[in-house]
This record gives sequence, structure tokens and C-alpha cells, in this order.
Amino acid sequence: MNEMSKTQITDAKKRYAAGVLKYAQMGYWDGDYEPKDTDILALFRITPQEGVDPIEAAAAVAGESSTATWTVVWTDRLTACDQYRAKAYKVEPVPGTPGQYFCYVAYDLILFEEGSIANVTASIIGNVFSFKPLKAARLEDMRFPVAYLKTFSGPPTGIVVERERLDKFGRPLLGATTKPKLGLSGKNYGRVVYEGLKGGLDFMKDDENINSQPFMHWRDRFLYCMEAVNKATAVTGEVKGHYLNVTAGTMEEMYRRAEFAKELGSVIIMVDLIIGWTATQSISNWARQNDMILHMHRAGHGTYTRQKNHGISFRVIAKWLRMAGVDHLHCGTAVGKLEGDPMTVQGYYNVCREMHNPVDLPRGIFFEQDWANLKRVLPVASGGIHAGQMHQLIDLFGDDVVLQFGGGTIGHPMGIQAGATANRVALEAMVLARNEGIDIANEGLEVLRKAAKWCKPLEAALDTWGNITFNYTPTDTSDFVPTASVS
Amino acid sequence: MRITQGCFSFLPDLDDNQIRDQVEYILSRGWAVGIEYTDEPHPRNTYWEMWGHPMFDLKDAKGVMIELDDCRKEQGDAYIRINAFDSSRGWETVMMSFIVNRPAREPSFRTWRQEVDGRSMRYTHEMVP
Repeated sequence: MNEMSKTQITDAKKRYAAGVLKYAQMGYWDGDYEPKDTDILALFRITPQEGVDPIEAAAAVAGESSTATWTVVWTDRLTACDQYRAKAYKVEPVPGTPGQYFCYVAYDLILFEEGSIANVTASIIGNVFSFKPLKAARLEDMRFPVAYLKTFSGPPTGIVVERERLDKFGRPLLGATTKPKLGLSGKNYGRVVYEGLKGGLDFMKDDENINSQPFMHWRDRFLYCMEAVNKATAVTGEVKGHYLNVTAGTMEEMYRRAEFAKELGSVIIMVDLIIGWTATQSISNWARQNDMILHMHRAGHGTYTRQKNHGISFRVIAKWLRMAGVDHLHCGTAVGKLEGDPMTVQGYYNVCREMHNPVDLPRGIFFEQDWANLKRVLPVASGGIHAGQMHQLIDLFGDDVVLQFGGGTIGHPMGIQAGATANRVALEAMVLARNEGIDIANEGLEVLRKAAKWCKPLEAALDTWGNITFNYTPTDTSDFVPTASVS
Repeated sequence: MRITQGCFSFLPDLDDNQIRDQVEYILSRGWAVGIEYTDEPHPRNTYWEMWGHPMFDLKDAKGVMIELDDCRKEQGDAYIRINAFDSSRGWETVMMSFIVNRPAREPSFRTWRQEVDGRSMRYTHEMVP
């Protein structure tokens, strides 16, 4: 592409003559643009088709995600169109990946409706991902200005208030998903919940696809689970909970189920990511009105987050969910059965938990983000983890996380209660040891073995799963070149 | 019944050396230390009695251990817990809490059920000494 075609045409007569121009010529590329503090910023990884200039491709991304269409329209001249055009302002080759480029785009704040993730997504991931001149596109990261964050209420509860409400401090929370996830009657299902909670877990959990199937009506599940929760509270003296999944076919039905959970005294409800952004913001408002912790299961995200060349990074989904307002969010385990490079997963955790994210390229954080006091989201590690990995999990994620051992609790050879106890003892022993200054990353197994000497259930758990690992190469890792300028 | 509140209740009771190590950890994080006690460990009893104010600006664990000894002398048959408090912006809450003293005989809890509106239920818990 010659220099002329990369430059905005400023002569209005030429610029608005009917016909087709390059997006860069229309004004969607400005290599000198300095993003304003109030701009929304997006970083896309794009793979232009053969022969498409990367700068023109970046301009097209900016155009198609803001005001552009494929041809010149004179009606632009009725507006302050220069300000409404998003501007691609930087394009860099992705290190070590020929044919892919990181393209940075800035959007003026006026382009977005206040307090609406639906509106953000309609622009940023609306048309542009189907645009023919790109073979593939991935939204890698976003930066939201404080002014825009202030139009969102964020998590209804947040880590601080959740811990105060549950009276649980200084250690990760423990959970487990009831298994088998489909087929149990309400009464049998509640039995699993009671055994897990009595054994030492803080939470039990509905799985993503348990709603109201023929084998178990949702009201039955809620009634038996709350019997189990209350009985477990009585026999332990601790606050206990069960994430009651209120995901349903309509918003009206979700509210009906949430109301019933509240009437029965549940401290927490749950929804799946597949309910969509608008439903998430609505149920979040309901949770805020009703002192309810809101657990988000990220069902479905793998369809668009996992492949590096196309889709959306989970770190962006995590940012949108913190704004939309959830209290718990499944963010991966790094060591379990599901996708996740440890550094990349830590990046998601930081997005959820920190009040300020510095640029952190090894963890995939491309933009500095001030969270404007939006509450902290509690990340959840769930999927193929067991007591024998406790030292790795606490070393990677610290205290503010829910560790969920489903199979690792219910599949215990001595029973569900023993499985729960093994996990709780492993957890407390590891936190105690870490606080005493023991290097748990290297000496953690020794800590577990010592505790297993007096705790039979932990000994059995280590004998059963001690050697189970899921060492596959992650597909989604951060592409970066360390530079001195990033601090 | 062993009440399992606090972050180390599933471990054997901590001895004084172990408690001191945890207090040293709390101080190393710059957190204040509070001692609280109660004879009513109901899970919704938020406000245990304070054994004095939380201790700010402590340099080593010795001061806490002296206070804990005094508290045990006076409240030996109560639950006593040590809380760590972080005053930094965005937290401003308890960061750690663990039980360091239990009564010789722990109470239990009884679940009261009130059947309402068909199969629905109202639950509440009462402590049984």
C-alpha cells in the first residue's frame, strides 16, 4: 500500500465523493493519535488475508466497529464524524507468529451507552469478526476509562463483603460440584450436598446444565439442598452454602427461581454465562437488591476464548463480567483438566481481584486498568483438581479463590465426607505452613504427607490421586517479547 | 461438637509456638491484631467481645501472646480467636481469623424447622449449651 492510501483524505470534496475508499483514507487510521484518558481502548490480534496491508486491515477493524460502512456516505457530513470514527493508532507484528498483527484501536466515550455491556459488545465484537478481508480476528484486551466504569455498579457483593457475610477469612474457600451432574433425584442430590458440607466444604454447587429436567424439578432441588445446607450449618457451627443454579429459559423464570432461593435463606445463587449480557446485568441488580452472592459459571466460553487466532480472550470476558456485576467467576485452574497456561490464568485472576492492573505482558495484560473501586470478583478454580495439588493451587492463586474439587471430593474411596475433610485438612495445613514461612511451591508435598500421617482421609486421597496430572501444552498463551520499557 | 469456624479448625489445636508463628506472619503483612472471645459461637454471632482494642503498630508477637495469656486467665472456658485486620484501601477488613482457645465442653446447634406455604421451610439455628 502506498503512503497516499494510508493517509486520511482531508479535502472534503474528494473525501465524500461517491465511491469506495480505503478505510485508512476515510480516517480510521491515525498513527499519530494519542489516546485520551477517556477513550475506550481495544487490542485486536488480526490475520489479514493475503495481500491485505496490515494498516488498512487495522483501519477496517476500527471502521467496522464504529461508524464505517463499505462505501462513502454523504450523510457522514451531517455529524461530527471525525470524532465518531474509532482510530486504529498502532499496528505491530505478533512476535513469532508471521501473518498476525496486534492492532490497537481507540474509541471516543460518546460511542457507548452508559451501563450496558450489550452495547459495548455490539460495537466491539459486532460486525468486525465476520469481515472478509480478515482471515481471523481476536479481541485480546480492553481498557475502560474510569468515567465509563462509573456507569456500572459491578459485583453485587465483592470479596470483602462475601467473606464478612460468610465469616470466612484467611484461606481459600472450598467447594465441590454435585456429581453425577444429571440424573439424581432431589432427595439423593441433597444427600451429596449434606455430606460434602458436613465433611468440611464451604459450598456445594449445581453444575452448569442442571436446571429443571424431568428427573428433578428445580423446586425439589432447592428444597432438599437448603435442608442439607441448614443441617450442615447446625453440625459444624459454620455458615454453609449451595450455589442454586437459577438459569432458565426466560428472565421471568430466573427471577421466580431466585426469589424462591431467597425465601429459603440461601446465601448464593448461580447463573451460566450462556444467559447473555443483558440477563447477567438484570440478575446482578436483583442480587444487589436481595443481599445475594452471584456465582457465574463460564459455560460456553471455550467456543470463543480458546483459539489464539480468532475469538475473544477470557481476560476481556472477565473485565466485562466484573463490570456487568458477578461475585464469583470460574477462571481456570492451570493445573487441572481444563485449558489454561499458568501465567495467562493468573492474568485473569488479577483482572478479577485487583483494584489496579499494571501492564503485565507475560500475564497477557496489555493495558493499565484502574478499576475505579468496582468491587473485587472472587475467582473460582474448578475442573480436575485434587488435594494432592493444594500447594500448587495456593502458590499460584493465594487466598482469594474458591477451590472446587468435585470428583476429588465425591470420588473419594472412603466417601464424600472423607473427601471433603481431606481437602479441608490439606488446605488448612498448607495455609498454616505457608504463613510459617515454608516454601510450599517446593516443599508442599512434604506438608501434605505430614498432615496425612494423622488424617486418614487425606492419606487415602493422596494414595488415589497423588500421581494424577494433566500436562498438556496450553493452546492459549501470551505472545510477547520482554522489553525494558514494560514495568 | 467441634465448631469449625476460623481458618485452622480442621487441624489439631495450635500450640503457643504455632500461634506465635501465625502472629508473626500477620505482623509481617502490616496487619493489626485483635483478640476476641465469646461463649456464644453461633455462626451468625458477628460481634464477639473485644479483649481491648486491636493492637496496631506492634513490632513482634510477644505483646499479643501476653494479652492472649491474660485473656485465657479470665476467659479460659470461652472461645477465643485472633483476628488480623488490614486497613489498606480496598480491603479494610479482617484478613485472617483463627480460634486459639475452646471451652472444655463445646455447645451444639439445633435446627428449627417451620413448615410454611406447602412444602416450603423456614430454618433457624439455636445453640444448645
